[in-house]
Amino acid sequence: MDDLIRQHILPSLKNDALDELGDSARLNVASNSLCFTTDSYVVKPLFFNGGDIGKLAVCGTVNDLAVAGSKPVALALSLIIEDGFEIELLDKILANIGETARQSNVDIVTGDTKTVESGAADRIFINTAGIGVRLAGVDLGFDKIAVGDKIMINGTIGDHGMTIISQREELKFQSQLKSDCASLTGLICELLENTSGIKFMRDPTRGGLAATLNEIARSTALSVEIRETDIPVRPAVQAAADMLGFDVLTIANEGKFVAVVSPESTDDCLKICRNHPLGKEAKIIGEVVETRDVPLVEIETRIGGKRIVQMPYGRELPRIC
Amino acid sequence: MLDRINKAQRDIDAACEILGRQINIMEVCGTHTVSIFRNGIRSILPSNLKLLSGPGCPVCVTGQGYIDAVLQLADRDDCLIATYGDMIRVPGKDGSLEIKQAKANIKIVLSSEDALQLAKDNPDKTVVFVAVGFETTAPATSVVVKEAAAGSVENFCILSGHKLVVPAMRALLSEKNHNINAFLCPGHVSAIIGYGAFAEIVEDFSRPCVVAGFEPVQIIEGLCEICRQLSAGKAELKSMYFAVVTEKGNIAAQQIIDECFEPVDGYWRGLGEIQKSTLKLKDKYAQFDAFRRFSISEEPSEEIKGCRCGEVLCGLIEPPECGLFGRDCTPQEPVGPCMVSSEGACAAWFKYGREKRRKL
Repeated sequence: MDDLIRQHILPSLKNDALDELGDSARLNVASNSLCFTTDSYVVKPLFFNGGDIGKLAVCGTVNDLAVAGSKPVALALSLIIEDGFEIELLDKILANIGETARQSNVDIVTGDTKTVESGAADRIFINTAGIGVRLAGVDLGFDKIAVGDKIMINGTIGDHGMTIISQREELKFQSQLKSDCASLTGLICELLENTSGIKFMRDPTRGGLAATLNEIARSTALSVEIRETDIPVRPAVQAAADMLGFDVLTIANEGKFVAVVSPESTDDCLKICRNHPLGKEAKIIGEVVETRDVPLVEIETRIGGKRIVQMPYGRELPRIC
Repeated sequence: MLDRINKAQRDIDAACEILGRQINIMEVCGTHTVSIFRNGIRSILPSNLKLLSGPGCPVCVTGQGYIDAVLQLADRDDCLIATYGDMIRVPGKDGSLEIKQAKANIKIVLSSEDALQLAKDNPDKTVVFVAVGFETTAPATSVVVKEAAAGSVENFCILSGHKLVVPAMRALLSEKNHNINAFLCPGHVSAIIGYGAFAEIVEDFSRPCVVAGFEPVQIIEGLCEICRQLSAGKAELKSMYFAVVTEKGNIAAQQIIDECFEPVDGYWRGLGEIQKSTLKLKDKYAQFDAFRRFSISEEPSEEIKGCRCGEVLCGLIEPPECGLFGRDCTPQEPVGPCMVSSEGACAAWFKYGREKRRKL
């Protein structure tokens, strides 16, 4: 185990706090107002177009910190490895973890490694936990959301989920799909530091845009209206979703955030997004409205019709024809 | 595209105003049902034009007796059940395939070819392919039956629940209390059987039959054509799905169905037994017929208590009128098959319909 840590893990993740290999990492943080989160990653396949489980494990956690209005400062990394897992693949995953952490300007300061007998895990499971320092003057929350606020997204939806599903199903056009897996800390911090109208943010991962918007409706008792024609979707993603019978609104994203923005600051927010590589296709896709009978998310379809967007439920099953 | 939609919408409004009375148009294709809901088409139609979701979802129309036959085979240790995904959650009198999945002899397949491959990969088991669907999936089943016969894959068989659309449409119109003014005919099925197959409906029952594709503009233009006919007092056969559907259909696909199957009387949920509506393997392929191989039959079975899927499928009620809808019957815990399949009318109402009785 010591060899594994010294020869494979430390070189990829190198930083002073980790190199000590103490029982706990000692941190000097310039604030006592923190965010703290954790998430576990069990993705299959481990490597996919646009990323791998390692990149995902860093992005997922730093994005959760960022959308809560904080700047990530430290991560913990735990690996649960099935006996017999190829060391070359582990090196590749660790290299991506190190690279993504560097890009996100965050150190992996502590961690743990367990190997379990064959069959007790599916190749490799990863857990990351992260601490972020809350940005001064930023206070996000459902309670800030008001009627008239705009819903903004920083780009196309469904890319990650459809890439994974297509690779699992071995669809022929899988090479045209690429996960959007990315660390959003840079863009989100820039937005929060330079504008004042952002009320709430969330990354629409599992359950996609549909889940995030329904959480907003449920938690605020307000309703949300979005416009299908304004929601950016890549044609290949739409085609894959149509073919398998999935609603792209419910498909997971790993490099997107939804922001609820006051009407007067939408222009500033869009401008900042569109000047950033991860926000070039940012759009206002709808707004928060009064509730008529029960809080709902409604979509105006591309033909001008209306339907509701449900909180995703159950697992979707491939259909007959 | 919006220009075409707007024009069709204006024409529908005008025709419905002339008609003045309630008009019911039934679609008999699950993909139409989903597209209609997903695109919010109902919300832009005039109030006296109602769309009914008929028996167009393969999972929904499959009889309870067939489900029970599948479950009976799933209990056998010598069988592997290969099924399309949306069949596994349909409840029978003794659980569902999903509940039995713990036994690990139930495999979800995406095609009939996958089922045949499963048989080749598991020579010590008999693979039973749960062959359901309309004329759209029957050719693919025929292909693997022929392949199994040619390659002597003796551990492969199918449990045919394949159904034919036109006999069901006839059965619906033969009911005394039906309320169907016209049919929006299925695009996929028509690609196989040809739009000419619906001529008998137009001739015998004087109901407009219009074939449409699945894009919203195609559906709306199909509805527009129906409204135009009804307001002019006409009933005509027409295909609006020009790129895909011909009058005679896909002859090669029809031939391979004919070679392997013969139409026999069969049970439909809600509609009961319909003459020559179900496909049975011909005698020369008897060894690949799971009904005959295991000496089982599709016993008429009790319908589920309180479930009104049958009336939904006949267009007699809308899903929220069922007492179970949204309360005791949800997509997570479905009671009836129309809530199981994503193409079922109840599932579509639950997912996309603005309905207060829906449990949020």
